[in-house]
Amino acid sequence: MGVGIEVTNLNAWYGANHTLQDINLNIPANHATALIGPSGCGKSTFVRCLNRMHETNPIARVTGSVRMGDLDIYHDASPVEVRRRVGMVFQRPNPFPTMSIYDNVSAGLKLNGYSNRHSLDEVVEKSLKNSALWDEVKDDLKKKSGASLSGGQQQRLCIARALAVDPEVLLMDEPASALDPVSTSKIEDLIFQLKSQYTIVIVTHNMQQAARVAEKTGFFLNGRMVEFDSTHKIFTNPSDKRTEDYITGRFG
Amino acid sequence: MLSTVLVIVPLAAIFIYLIFKGASSLNMDFFTKTPAPVGETGGGMANAIVGSITLLGLASLIGVPVGIGGGVFLAEFGRGTKLAYAVRFTADVLNGVPSIVMGLAAYALIVVPQHHFSAFAGGVALGIMMIPTICRTTEEMLLMVPHSVREAALGLGVPNWRSVLSITVKTASPGIITGCMLAFARVAGETAPLIFTALGNDFWSTSLNQPIAALPLQIWIYAQSPYDDWHRLAWAGSLVLIILIVLAVSLVRFVTSRGVLKGAS
Repeated sequence: MGVGIEVTNLNAWYGANHTLQDINLNIPANHATALIGPSGCGKSTFVRCLNRMHETNPIARVTGSVRMGDLDIYHDASPVEVRRRVGMVFQRPNPFPTMSIYDNVSAGLKLNGYSNRHSLDEVVEKSLKNSALWDEVKDDLKKKSGASLSGGQQQRLCIARALAVDPEVLLMDEPASALDPVSTSKIEDLIFQLKSQYTIVIVTHNMQQAARVAEKTGFFLNGRMVEFDSTHKIFTNPSDKRTEDYITGRFG
Repeated sequence: MLSTVLVIVPLAAIFIYLIFKGASSLNMDFFTKTPAPVGETGGGMANAIVGSITLLGLASLIGVPVGIGGGVFLAEFGRGTKLAYAVRFTADVLNGVPSIVMGLAAYALIVVPQHHFSAFAGGVALGIMMIPTICRTTEEMLLMVPHSVREAALGLGVPNWRSVLSITVKTASPGIITGCMLAFARVAGETAPLIFTALGNDFWSTSLNQPIAALPLQIWIYAQSPYDDWHRLAWAGSLVLIILIVLAVSLVRFVTSRGVLKGAS
């Protein structure tokens, strides 16, 4: 089951560049939350702070607190532990190129020392079914490499790989921006199904996408969070003038 | 097209010439007998073939792990550090050291203290020669692994060291193996580093503590002798040396390509 995320006074830097300034928000458990905003507004940095990927860049720095359920991820846990509980799907599909479909999905478990063969089979099947890829690949699990799939299939493979380690939160950084419309709608259907079991945070450039999949939406601008509210409110009656300008296409 | 021809012609020319000159002297004796004493005809290079295999095995035991370890350090753990800079610089200089100097170094460091020539000293000299090539190719190949693949592993909650060994190195392994093969093929034909170390041996020896025969050494000695019979054996030895290298490279390629899937780069 998913957990809620409570972000308090989050600040992040790349070198001298203050990319996130005083972010405060509560992301509800078992819902999809969309983050929108123009390029460079800090929304990707923000999700990367939620699984501590931000700090893999040596010049990056972060302050403030992020709580997931009872866990303060910056004080109570190591980055490795945090990332096991928080799955991530990246903008470009990035399956492990030398691995089969099966090995891609089971990679997270195997690399963490989990090797019970029988239950690995089960986890792989369940994860691929959850990511709506099972029917397309079930006959070639060990024969085909992850890299031989189409772009949309690769992205669903990456979702299956993230789900296999049984995370509580799933972060998606523009998961459909490199995909065609058919693959995009498959990913959106998937988000719709998955949000009953996971807390989903999705960064998107596509406002219709945010409106379709998310209950809550946050609008980021220049490293600050301008507005965070129910998706319906953001798109029909935003409180902030800047949000309205962005939604109506006056800039960005 | 022209460049393809330019690449293939020298290799084909050498190979055809070697077959033309050497194939007629290849017979069972060549592979089963030790060299005949001066003045007698016949004899073979069985001890030199086994010697070369021994020396190259020992060299690979030293060169492959150290070289790959160094490359992994340079590309993954030491990036930007002074130590990495020093290692990279040393590897590049080592790559430029003439092979005869490498032989002299092994002579001074191993043969002189031990008071005798040995297969061990020869293997060490060849092994050290393999290190820079393997180290630098490993580094280059690891740096070619896309950042997104590393992020994928880290994002799954895999510790960095595990991600490097199981994902990055594995993804780069075809290139790393090519680097090892290049280094292997290069030292397989080296004569100079063996002159002061392995020395050569006209008799059977498989001991690492004794001087040992090697194909390049034997070819070198036979080729400068005044006897026609030895010249023919030297040609045959050259042919066998090239065939051994091709066999070893193909074998490694075959073994490592199994299990790597089609469509994977």
